Amino acid sequence: MDALSGFFAILDATLRVSTPLILAAMAGLFSERSGIVDISLEGKMLASAFAAAAVAAVTGSAWLALGTGILVGIALALVHGFACITHRGNQVVSGLAINILASGLTVVLGIAWFAQGGQTPSLGSGARFMPLELPLAEAARSVPVIGPFYSDVISGHNVLVYVAWLAVFATWWVVYRTRFGLRIRAVGENPLAVDTAGLSVSRLRYCAVAICGALSGIAGTYLSTAQNASFVREMTAGQGYIALAALIFGKWRPVPAMLACLMFGFLDAVAIRMQGVSLPLIGEVPVQAIQALPYVLTVILLAGFIGRATAPKAVGIPFLKER
Amino acid sequence: MSPPADSGTGPLAIELRGISKRFGAVRANRDIDLKVARGTIHGIVGENGAGKSTLMSILYGFYQADSGEVLINGKLVAIHDSSDAIAAGIGMVHQHFMLVDTFSVLENVMLGAEGNALLSHSAAAARKELQRLADEYQLSVHVDSLVSDLPVGEQQRTEILKALYRHAEILILDEPTGVLTPQEADQLFVVLNALKERGVTIILITHKLREIMDVTDTVSVLRMGEMVSHLNTRDTSMSELAELMVGRKLETRNYHRDEPLPADTANGIEVVDLGVVDKTGKARLKNLSFEVKRGEILGVAGVAGNGQSTLLEVLSGIQSPTSGHFIINGQQVSAEQPINPSQMRQLKVQHVPEDRLKLGLVKSFTAAESSVLGYQRADRFNLRGMLRLSTIRAACRRLMEGLDVRPADPNLRSASFSGGNQQKLILARELERQPEVLLVGQPTRGVDIGAIELIHEKIIEMRDKGCAILLVSVELDEIMSLADRIIVMYEGQVVAEVNGRDANKTQLGLMMANAHQDPAA
Repeated sequence: MDALSGFFAILDATLRVSTPLILAAMAGLFSERSGIVDISLEGKMLASAFAAAAVAAVTGSAWLALGTGILVGIALALVHGFACITHRGNQVVSGLAINILASGLTVVLGIAWFAQGGQTPSLGSGARFMPLELPLAEAARSVPVIGPFYSDVISGHNVLVYVAWLAVFATWWVVYRTRFGLRIRAVGENPLAVDTAGLSVSRLRYCAVAICGALSGIAGTYLSTAQNASFVREMTAGQGYIALAALIFGKWRPVPAMLACLMFGFLDAVAIRMQGVSLPLIGEVPVQAIQALPYVLTVILLAGFIGRATAPKAVGIPFLKER
Repeated sequence: MSPPADSGTGPLAIELRGISKRFGAVRANRDIDLKVARGTIHGIVGENGAGKSTLMSILYGFYQADSGEVLINGKLVAIHDSSDAIAAGIGMVHQHFMLVDTFSVLENVMLGAEGNALLSHSAAAARKELQRLADEYQLSVHVDSLVSDLPVGEQQRTEILKALYRHAEILILDEPTGVLTPQEADQLFVVLNALKERGVTIILITHKLREIMDVTDTVSVLRMGEMVSHLNTRDTSMSELAELMVGRKLETRNYHRDEPLPADTANGIEVVDLGVVDKTGKARLKNLSFEVKRGEILGVAGVAGNGQSTLLEVLSGIQSPTSGHFIINGQQVSAEQPINPSQMRQLKVQHVPEDRLKLGLVKSFTAAESSVLGYQRADRFNLRGMLRLSTIRAACRRLMEGLDVRPADPNLRSASFSGGNQQKLILARELERQPEVLLVGQPTRGVDIGAIELIHEKIIEMRDKGCAILLVSVELDEIMSLADRIIVMYEGQVVAEVNGRDANKTQLGLMMANAHQDPAA
């Protein structure tokens, strides 16, 4: 039973760690499916994390923080859209610029406003998204295996974790079951076909990019007001890129992308658990080696096991109507 | 210039008045008038670059005209984008299909005309409507197949269905048969006639005059951006249309020399038992033997893909033979003695490749840069590693003037020239080196009638100077009018050889299918 509860603890951590990845991957999915490369997931998450933490610190409201995080995400996404859609700029350069901007601006504003070396003040529980006890969690505990799984793994997360699950389903539904989704998929494959069908390529791409911004905003808010209790400089620590990797891994499809996020999250959770643990034959593995494990695996998996990833055909190419 | 032909008594579906469009210095359309009666098939012919596609793009809202008016069913309409065109009842089948490859036929047809925000509702309605259209116009398609899995003819039918699904009453087809097999083209014309009977107005843009004669009721001729003639198809002929397109009389020329070459004329190319096996182990060329004398044109006929391309690549030094050898301009080449294209050039063996965009020039280079490709190391153009740009530009301008490349601007990107002008530039570049052996692949593929004549003349001029010429072409007319001798290739082998003067099309056609030695015949 001890091994089982240990395993459940890892799964529980997996969910917590993979939540921002899942949200960011879904964000990237909308953008990239519409034909806009988005390496600025990282920057959008970071800026939103800061904005949310700052608002939460000042107002004490987690929901106001979430709203601000989403708005900041959308605002940066529109900057990206303005550069890439309206002015047909290079999408990677624009994304990089946003990442650099977010990285610098959050620290500068953080120091100016809160004078804590770039951090925001620590949030009280009222200003954060706190764990929720799902109904029947206590009662179910007595049921063997499934009971503890429900109460330890499924229950006891903050609301944004459940939002992330919902986002996967919603993304799948929107992309594959709605008119808007059909158009988004089409505009990422052949924008000319969309244009000749009498639709506006720019409008569709702006919509997609804005949704991407909103979802990255939720991801950022989660980092600073749910998973942690304040903004710390560079707190995204490459998670935006990992989410992008997961998206490619999942071949730009919602459910496979989510599974890839869970895998990265699981590796991370295992790494945390393994710290200081002495393994048979090997002995104690250095913390750094374990922390590097997810990234090493990412490189190996991306290089070798992904197979042929067919990206949306028009991704990264600015749409130019007149020849 | 000539008065508009009487295009029937019916009401007009389309009327264009004074349409003009400029791209920079180029006047693509100049003051164009056009009237098309409802329920007719109207052809628009013109050479590449005459402004056909621009005119239709204006009608479909892809470009905005600088001036002029568009009337649809007698009403003035402003067409700013595709949705305006669709609303006005115009549908267009583009030369390059506007389909999403990863979508099914159904999804492609629905796109932009879904009706309901939920796909399941729209899909059911679209499926029903597609079935009805398919029955009515003999437009059968596999509704649930991915477009990328469909043959080209079916992709085109999908495009037509897309237009009909949007209730198009005017259908524009831009070079619809360029990508079709003859059978698929016939099928298309059946569909077009069925559409016409139901009152759909059709505009057919093409440069194939036979199609115009076969299916259209009326025809307009565009030349260099201007509408030069409106005619009733039954009152005209292919030769009249060809002359109107080019703007002068075209003579059918016989280029054959009057007397055969002396028997002791030296060989420019001598191929002995040549074989090529590719990396996958497939034999591309099998035991090829032939020779080309100096001052002779050897035509290589065959259905595309029977080893002609490999032959050109081997003879030009791009690939090495795996067995046998050949002697080209005195140099022996075999698997043991390979050669590279640059050495070939020094041997005065010049190559005008089949695929000009892949092997002939670099699309994003300027014309001047493309005009020295392969010769950029020559001292004339190269000063210890630095390009002599002004010399290169001046040389390019001379080449352009020599072969009438238009526009004669060395600074223009190679991709901005029409196919014919790109080909003329490549030909000029290679001829400039005074080749003693010339290898030419598909010299007139995608080239206008006017330019074809010039290219043929240049090839003949080289022949008369004593150059040994190997001409690979899928155009039998071209080979028959130029070549002294013709070899026919089938599955990497030479299956027949005939004298150019005596060749006839039927016989060559049978040889190309390797059916000429059928014992029953």
